[in-house]
Amino acid sequence: MSSAAQPLISLEKLTKRYPGVVALNAVDFELQAGEVHVLFGENGAGKSTLISLLAGANNPSGGTMSLDGEPLHFTSVADAQNKGIYTVFQEFSLLPTLTVAQNIFMGWEPLIGPFLDHKNMRRRSKEMLAELGFDIDPNATVASLSRAQQQMVEITKAFHGDLKVLILDEPTASLTDKEVDHLFDFVLSLKERGVGVIYISHRIQEFARIADRITVLRDGAKIGTVKMTDTDEAALVEMMTGRAIDEIYPKIENLEGETLLEVKDLSTDGVHGATFNVRAGEVLGVAGLVGSGKSRLFRALMGLMPHAQGTVRLKGEDISKASTAAIIRAGMYYLSSDRKNEGLDLAKRSDQNLAVNLIMGDKVPNRSAFVDRKAVGAEVLTISDHVELSESYRKKVVSQLSGGNQQKVLFGRCFGQNVDVYIFDEPTVGVDMGTRAALYLLIKELCEAGKAVIIISSDLPEVMNLSHRLLVLAHGAVTAELAGEDIREDVVLKYFFDESGAQS
Amino acid sequence: MSPTPDTGEAKPGTLQSEPARSDALALVRNVFVKVGVLPFFLIAAVIIFALLSSSFLTMQNMVNVARQSVFLVLVSMGQMVVLISGGFDLSVGTAIALTSVVSALGMVWLAGVFPDAIWLAIVLGACMGFGAALMVGLVNGIGVAYFEVSPFIMTLGVSSVGAGIALFLTGGVPVSGMPFVFADTLGFGRLWGIPAPVLVALVFIVIMWVLMTQTRLGTQIYAVGGNIKAAHLSAINTKRTLLMCYLICAFIASVTGLLLTARVESGEANLGASIALESIAACVIAGVSLRGGIGRVLSVVLGAFFIVLVQNGMNLAQISSYMQMVLLGALLILAVIFDQFRYRLILSGG
Repeated sequence: MSSAAQPLISLEKLTKRYPGVVALNAVDFELQAGEVHVLFGENGAGKSTLISLLAGANNPSGGTMSLDGEPLHFTSVADAQNKGIYTVFQEFSLLPTLTVAQNIFMGWEPLIGPFLDHKNMRRRSKEMLAELGFDIDPNATVASLSRAQQQMVEITKAFHGDLKVLILDEPTASLTDKEVDHLFDFVLSLKERGVGVIYISHRIQEFARIADRITVLRDGAKIGTVKMTDTDEAALVEMMTGRAIDEIYPKIENLEGETLLEVKDLSTDGVHGATFNVRAGEVLGVAGLVGSGKSRLFRALMGLMPHAQGTVRLKGEDISKASTAAIIRAGMYYLSSDRKNEGLDLAKRSDQNLAVNLIMGDKVPNRSAFVDRKAVGAEVLTISDHVELSESYRKKVVSQLSGGNQQKVLFGRCFGQNVDVYIFDEPTVGVDMGTRAALYLLIKELCEAGKAVIIISSDLPEVMNLSHRLLVLAHGAVTAELAGEDIREDVVLKYFFDESGAQS
Repeated sequence: MSPTPDTGEAKPGTLQSEPARSDALALVRNVFVKVGVLPFFLIAAVIIFALLSSSFLTMQNMVNVARQSVFLVLVSMGQMVVLISGGFDLSVGTAIALTSVVSALGMVWLAGVFPDAIWLAIVLGACMGFGAALMVGLVNGIGVAYFEVSPFIMTLGVSSVGAGIALFLTGGVPVSGMPFVFADTLGFGRLWGIPAPVLVALVFIVIMWVLMTQTRLGTQIYAVGGNIKAAHLSAINTKRTLLMCYLICAFIASVTGLLLTARVESGEANLGASIALESIAACVIAGVSLRGGIGRVLSVVLGAFFIVLVQNGMNLAQISSYMQMVLLGALLILAVIFDQFRYRLILSGG
């Protein structure tokens, strides 16, 4: 960008420290009016921290922020909004039981005396939505809208005051192709109005369509800012990870053993007619957009959701009606994508977390009702070594560990169970590259030891590089089963949006 | 624990007091994170009551407190199991009352049927009492585990139902005419000079300690209370585990009910009226987290002892029983506030 123009937003040496970690380390950043500036980086690179500072949700520990050359200090998110900076987070701040109009005017309610002016609220909502090109009924309840429509409502809320900067956090994460097109048209129209847009995404293939510049963050530090026209995907990935792609993903040998898991015509809430099987010694990848049913399918397999119909056979045994505990004992383990809510006991130490699975599983002989503490303790050590959990973390309460180390503990939990089929749901979400590479090696080891491994992931490079076969889901149905050379991004993406035969 | 350099080393002259003070502070913090607020409360209570009454810190009074605390110790251990599982049980008092009434009615009736086999009547009567209390636990457990009713509402409702049944069975009049030998043995008997209720409590302390630290069920209870979804994904039958917790709690309450019945020599529907609050207070003060997953048997024993100690001290200081209710409630709330604070410290690594 030309140096003559005063930047709309300018951040200098912006730093955010938390006890024990520097989440953001002296980052410089600028945004011009009418520019779309992408923030790119892995989970934990500092993107979220940066926008939380700009959104007024956190205060910086050092450095300066300025808007139109004026120094910025926020007291709250509302304060930032009043100054014209509005952030659309991944978690929307909408109240699902209220109407669109009520949500748009939350905190800005027009009044007649002490009473709400509902009529005025509805009329002005309608005008605002129409002006932005959103086709939404202001009287609809937010809960009845699709996620894309809810996002539009969330964006509309930004236009009460004089909007200068719009921050979009992973806005396309759960949108369909058509909805993404619409969003991009809207973002481009904002540019013409002179609004600066900070856009956070890791969908690298989208950047060429809207980005002017890209700033790459890694481990809380700025790696660089590049013009979109001067860069390409491979260069960006290398900036993001600090290494070339083939250093991250190990080559996993396919043993093609006997079939361990057979799923026939399985249907559950949001999934219909899924049929596939998994063999010992192979990695089956499962890809699809958020809402495609890829996670639900396997949650249903594990007995976490009731299934409407279909049969599931594990090593020949029908487990369609079995309880989760019985399924795990029969030899299939599910590693949740949500380690905080479903995976770990956050207030306990790492070793205590690992011990639970050892005590429940049959890896350590627990013949009677009593626990053999010595044997469990020894096995906890073995597993901790195996997942490379550093010794200083083993006696620490899990909530104090970084995301990567928490994920190691979570992986450790699955090694506590003696099973043959492992389902990893988003195995590396919120994990740094170094840990990722370590976790991939664990997966390789499992697979080459003759276990069946299923990887469900929204991270396309991850499933594409690790899988021997790849299932693609769209709208609750399996749209493709790819193998070998067919596992290519363009092919996979085509089936992401495949609607043929998917509607039941 | 990361090594903390410097602080332990002696420093020349003037600097010495500074690290010493921060060491003391770190110790207080560590004790608080590990065992909770109890040690501090205990020390404060002993100092205050020793100042208020000269007879408080005597051997005789302490033995007295220990004996009186037996009932609360027992019930608190049951309450602890439910709290660790992530729920709580407001119906422990009802389990006690039902046990008392049903076992008394049973013994009186059976003593008439088998006048020559009085011990048979006592044992069968006691079993009827246990059965009644286990029904309370079963209903609680099924409601909480299988119908996912909130433990608060479930046990509150059950406690009303149970209290109503106990009053209905007796018409509000104590059941008298129980076999003398029952009260003589269980209420006032001694073995090796130790009163029977104390002996029963000691046995249960050992059983509960083994259960919570050495068995698979204990591990399951901690796991379910810590994160029920994670427990479910670790091959734990979470519903059965929850049910077991309420059954264990009701059973221990029932044993307490039987001991109290022997003590008062009649079946009474108003036994244990205030014990739900007292047992929850004892647990929370002893560091059992209301969020579940955290708590130790031996701390809870001490917590129950502390509550009785405070009651005893207030009696000696001639504080009216109405005022005692006020103070006990305030103590509970204070303990919960400290519990919140402690839980945050545990998560953040304070």
